[in-house]
Amino acid sequence: MNSLHVSVWRGGAQGAFQAFEVPRRASQTVLDVVSYIQRSLDPTLAYRFACRVGMCGSCAMTVNGTARWTCRTHVDKVAKEDRIEIAPLRNLPVIRDLVTDMREFFDKWARAKGQFRGAATRHDGFARIRPDSTERRRADAGIECIGCAVCYASCEVVQRIPDYLGPAALNRAWTLVNDARDVMRAERLRAVAGDAGCHACHTQMGCTERCPVKLAPTASIAGLKRETARWMMRGER
Amino acid sequence: MSARVETLLWIAQRATAGVLAVCVAVHLVTMTYAIRGGLSAEEILSRTRGSTGWLVFYALFVVAAAVHVPIGLRAALAEWFGWRGRSRDAALAAFALALGGLGMRAVLGVFS
Amino acid sequence: MRSHSGYWAFAVHRVSGIGLALFLPVHFWALGHALEGAASLDALLAWTERPLVKFAEWGIVLLLAAHFAGGLRILALEFLPWRDWQKSLAAAAAAVSLAIGLAFALAL
Repeated sequence: MNSLHVSVWRGGAQGAFQAFEVPRRASQTVLDVVSYIQRSLDPTLAYRFACRVGMCGSCAMTVNGTARWTCRTHVDKVAKEDRIEIAPLRNLPVIRDLVTDMREFFDKWARAKGQFRGAATRHDGFARIRPDSTERRRADAGIECIGCAVCYASCEVVQRIPDYLGPAALNRAWTLVNDARDVMRAERLRAVAGDAGCHACHTQMGCTERCPVKLAPTASIAGLKRETARWMMRGER
Repeated sequence: MSARVETLLWIAQRATAGVLAVCVAVHLVTMTYAIRGGLSAEEILSRTRGSTGWLVFYALFVVAAAVHVPIGLRAALAEWFGWRGRSRDAALAAFALALGGLGMRAVLGVFS
Repeated sequence: MRSHSGYWAFAVHRVSGIGLALFLPVHFWALGHALEGAASLDALLAWTERPLVKFAEWGIVLLLAAHFAGGLRILALEFLPWRDWQKSLAAAAAAVSLAIGLAFALAL
């Protein structure tokens, strides 16, 4: 079988692409390629992965210009004339090679009040939530997010506005806004509105296009725009 | 502070967008029809002068545009030209008044 | 920049918006000449008969059509219940604005 000509980013924010020749195999994924390079060609290559079966989101990288889960990206699908270019995720500081600093991504999650807060105790009964209610359906549509940052890396607004909370944080906030058990609603709406929040989204839909779990952060953000408007017109209650 | 302002501006922007969607649709159709075979002031003004209905329509059009245009520019100025803060907002408010003023002048000139 | 349709929808929408924002005051100022009577407006209209101006006029109509179509797309994405076909709204908006532009060009 032929060889793959692989170009891999080495270094930090400053650096360069390094070329490797990797034997091509059937059903090979991009993660297989990166692992092969680190194990057989250059042990100094830094990269992240964990489950390698498309559940954890750790292996997200930029492959031929597009953010993807490398464990779920078959080489056959992306290699053009046996060439692949692998770089770290965009919009995040690079620690080294293919590893990015995810702190800002999760800090924004916290800033968007992406945490659940309830008021019930063990002495209260179970919360009764109908699974087919509008609110629960909306929450369900967004809760499968595993925080892989592919959407964040695919957003041009994040690129332009460093403070922008980003699609993942806003998507999570939306699921919580629709959680009837949560008590932080007003605080959360205040946190997500503003020129670094949902109103900075320009519906370019890079996030929705790229999400590996097929979520639609664009829809969640649109929901936040409507909900913050309603909240404002009700006098912020 | 920002949360309230941005939310109110978003509401105003989408509301005027709805109004403008109707106004623009009507305007495009009537203009395409009206300019057939060329334009003359006589032709235009004979159709428009004294028409209260169209005066109200275009007055509404002008007001909606005077709100919608500056809000739209606001984000562009911040993101593409790095202009933020009070000076930008003051300039845009002035622009809104200018648009409204010039627009109303035009509406009165053509329709009254 | 990434070349996905949503990005172009945004770029066209913003650039057309800026173009229209620059054009509108001029448009209002020109029409205000009607206040001074038909002759004053006619003088202005004579100037607009020049081919370059006609072409610019058509360009502005195209900007308006593009901004209008893009705006409808945003209103659909923000207010209508979410459906998969909304992803192709950008293409639909482009088609609609070109159609409008064509209609205007034919009428010129």
